[in-house]
Amino acid sequence: MRRGVMPRVMLIAYLAMLMLPIYWLINLSLRPNEDIMSRMALWPHHPTLEKYFFILNDPTWVHAFGVSLTYVLINTVISVTVALPAAYAFNRFSFIGDKHLFFWLLTNLMAPAAVYAMPFFNLYYAVGLFDTVWAVALAHCLFNVPLAVWILEGFIGGVPREIDESAAIDGYSFSRFFIRIFLPLIANGIGVTAFFCFMFSWVEQLLATTLTATNALPFAAVMTRSYSVSGMDWTLLAAAGVLTMIPGAIVIWFVRNHIAKGFALGRV
Amino acid sequence: MSIHLQNVSVEIGGEKIIDHVDLALERGTMNVLLGATLAGKTSLMRLMAGLDKPTSGKILVDGADVTGVPVRKRSVAMVYQQFVNYPSLSVYENIASPLRVAKVKGDELDRRVREAARILGLEPLLKRQPSQLSGGQQQRTAIARALTKRADLVLLDEPLANLDYKLREELREELPRILSQTGATLVYATTEPLEALQLGGKTATLSQGRLVQFGPAGDVYHRPNHIESARVFSDPPLNELPISKTAAEVRFADGSTRPAIGTLARIADGNYTVAFRADIVSLRAAWPQSLTFSGEISVAEISGSESFVHVTSPLGTFVCVEPGVSTLQPGQRVDVHVDAARVFVFDSAGALVDAGKAS
Repeated sequence: MRRGVMPRVMLIAYLAMLMLPIYWLINLSLRPNEDIMSRMALWPHHPTLEKYFFILNDPTWVHAFGVSLTYVLINTVISVTVALPAAYAFNRFSFIGDKHLFFWLLTNLMAPAAVYAMPFFNLYYAVGLFDTVWAVALAHCLFNVPLAVWILEGFIGGVPREIDESAAIDGYSFSRFFIRIFLPLIANGIGVTAFFCFMFSWVEQLLATTLTATNALPFAAVMTRSYSVSGMDWTLLAAAGVLTMIPGAIVIWFVRNHIAKGFALGRV
Repeated sequence: MSIHLQNVSVEIGGEKIIDHVDLALERGTMNVLLGATLAGKTSLMRLMAGLDKPTSGKILVDGADVTGVPVRKRSVAMVYQQFVNYPSLSVYENIASPLRVAKVKGDELDRRVREAARILGLEPLLKRQPSQLSGGQQQRTAIARALTKRADLVLLDEPLANLDYKLREELREELPRILSQTGATLVYATTEPLEALQLGGKTATLSQGRLVQFGPAGDVYHRPNHIESARVFSDPPLNELPISKTAAEVRFADGSTRPAIGTLARIADGNYTVAFRADIVSLRAAWPQSLTFSGEISVAEISGSESFVHVTSPLGTFVCVEPGVSTLQPGQRVDVHVDAARVFVFDSAGALVDAGKAS
């Protein structure tokens, strides 16, 4: 900014408002419970990492963390893999009912997940998928596949058809063209899509907790259980909350350039 | 190879994009498709490439019906108006791509890529990505890719249209030489009559999805069989005047008469359209047989080393070409001299009656 302090002040105020809840969470996670209950403190006076060590040394928490990461990654891979050919078809071909089908896919995003919790529970119980990472990974496809199709379709629309045709003229088989020529062109879109699938699957709780019991208990479920058992352990919950944000932060760090380009190019 | 479009039509949504075109291209020849935008040039090329299927009619290659054969199975190369390269591959890999698909390997691949690169002056750029090239270089890359494939049929769809003026002039001079070395059957679409003349070979004039005329470029230029063909093959636009001839006199639309001289002397009495290109309209000297009209200058535009002067008269607007930069001012009254020996005469249906001196 070349002149004026106002823009700077506004920016700092805006960032402060964004960062405040995150800061407060970190603040809480570093203070002992008695301290949290007795007074308000802007920063931890006697910081302690005790609860972080507790979580990282407790097999239940660690296992739950692994479970969450596993189904999120499985879901992301499935969503992107399934959505790529679908998005290509929606963009490049016209067939009877294509627009309706595309809209119908999007309507899956509009229904609350709670609607599907019961049928999924019953179905997965019947086929033996209940309480596995696959149960959650597949259930999350319900909203992540349409989302992925929708985002990818926008990116694919940005690639001129002439490139497809040129490859056909050059003699490329479709699969070779798709992998060697086409995928690199929409790499940003795939990055953005994977990011959104990851995030939506990571933050979704209702299906994740309904469709699991003990073996595949996700991180969030362990969080909710921990305060119902032993009263309110503020520090523990705050520490768990901070740990929950870490994978998302790492993913954002890796795809930040793709996302910046993706926001400029496509349908995000 | 020879390719024969046999009475093909393409309809999209009830609209005829290509209307009963019958066109036979011989092996190893240069063929120019000349027509305005939307005349059907690109549609015809897509049919020849196998990217689209005709609604009716057949496509024969060396006598064999290939109408339903997909593009991957044909020996075709195509250069688009937009510069189409594979953005994720280097220039070298772009040029090599059809060879890699055809499983050409090692020295042979390298030699052919470098040969194409040398012909198109891309040697110093082989390691770059297409996005790091100028428009002209990108289009050269696309042309190199088309050449290196050594396809039997090479289609070029207005390859120079999106280049800036200077590059266009440069490539336009180089292209005929480069293309003639390939030995392929060439099809080149353009909107510019000058390109058709420079490229030589045969020219097909197209208008509204129909093939108007097909023949050696010079013949089509000098003897348009239909007024539409003359219109397509004329830049600046063709001058057209309706006339009626009786005995030794022609009467123009404004009621004025001129003696029937030059081409006009040879035609029978009746109603016609007399048409002429800007190059036989002069503001300076009278021709040996001149039809003279007076008017007022409306616009003088400079085009390279020439000026196009638009003169408004009661009969309509004439366009003429003047050498150098015109110093004429709008509003100035001038006489326009048309070389009566070289005008075309078409009948009321548009068919050629007399092509003037050229015939």
